[in-house]
Amino acid sequence: MATIAAIIASTHHPFYLRASTATGEDRPPFADEWVAKIEAFRETLTRARPDVLVMVGSDHFHQLWLDNMPQFLVGKAAFYDANYYNEEREFGLPRMTLRGNEDLSAHLLRGGIDAGFDLAFSNELRVDHSITCPIITLRPQADLPIVPVYTNIFAPPMPQPKRFVELGQAIRALVESWPSDQRVAIIGTGHLSLELGGPRQFGPHGPDPEFDRKAVAWIASSNLDGALAEVSLDSLWQPGNATHGFMDFLLVMGVAGKNVKADYADSLDLFHTMEAYFTWYPEGTS
Amino acid sequence: MSKYLVDKFLFTIDRDPDLVERYREDPGGTVAWWEAEQANLILNCHGGERSTWLSFTDSEREALSSHDYVTLFELGAHNFLLLTLFIALFERDYAEPLAFQREFAARLGHWSLPYPDIST
Repeated sequence: MATIAAIIASTHHPFYLRASTATGEDRPPFADEWVAKIEAFRETLTRARPDVLVMVGSDHFHQLWLDNMPQFLVGKAAFYDANYYNEEREFGLPRMTLRGNEDLSAHLLRGGIDAGFDLAFSNELRVDHSITCPIITLRPQADLPIVPVYTNIFAPPMPQPKRFVELGQAIRALVESWPSDQRVAIIGTGHLSLELGGPRQFGPHGPDPEFDRKAVAWIASSNLDGALAEVSLDSLWQPGNATHGFMDFLLVMGVAGKNVKADYADSLDLFHTMEAYFTWYPEGTS
Repeated sequence: MSKYLVDKFLFTIDRDPDLVERYREDPGGTVAWWEAEQANLILNCHGGERSTWLSFTDSEREALSSHDYVTLFELGAHNFLLLTLFIALFERDYAEPLAFQREFAARLGHWSLPYPDIST
């Protein structure tokens, strides 16, 4: 059966590529520290020697639209083109093409549906920066096949937070039952407190540093009981109007397992958002 | 109220570089053309299978035609679509990085929670 080489949870920040490659007067003052933290985080994936990446993210109204909106969707394609004109325009993200692993996609779909998740699927999916940001930070050579898993953290009505946890638990079991000798890393990205298109956007810190402090502690210890006791679909509007992206962290905590401490945890207080990076090694760290 | 249609306008303009420029230069004309020709297109269907019932309210049409993002926020337009498109329209007019985004926030500064409902 397949081995879970690493489980990774991260914020995805579309400004990283531009900030990290800027020079001279264009280089922001926080760029060097940010790059150092990303390179240390990248090493936590590299050392796990993954063969394939399950990438959990969320379409930002690119291919998925309100006339036909899935709650959870698994890509099943040989290739995934990536990034859109408006991401090139706003963030300077390049067009990319990533390979897929259709066998693992099929396994997650069949097993997920049979486990009670009525997963949507896509045979032609152009992924966006929720998938490519962690490729750029964690695997910039973009050489590994992926299985994209999209969640709706964007368009109400959304699934309940506990459903994200349950899907994470199911993905863990399904990857562990995949008849393959490959090493799989499961990577999910979301947000801590975040405001976009509202009065609290682009402040000097995230809109709710207290939420961020609690969230980092929940994730680092995979404290699912603590997080689910405080977080609801209604409550997530309070820290910032784009904070439902925290539910993708809950999904990864479900993959990691209740109360399993992360083997690596780091964070960075950037303008307008807190960045946070976590890695678990189910095989142990020796 | 047709929040869905407002979002559909923001979505279909934002994804098309020519329409972004057209909306920047001629907001009233673009909104009138879009409502007449595009509003009822089902995005994944042949043009002959269009919807028959979608139109803006007067307040939605006026807000879109005047680039009035504060009113669009108050009408429940999706915050992400609103921000992304308006950055594309107006960030270029500001010298400092993020200056437009901060002005956008300031102009909504009279709002506290709960914000207008974005559910469609």
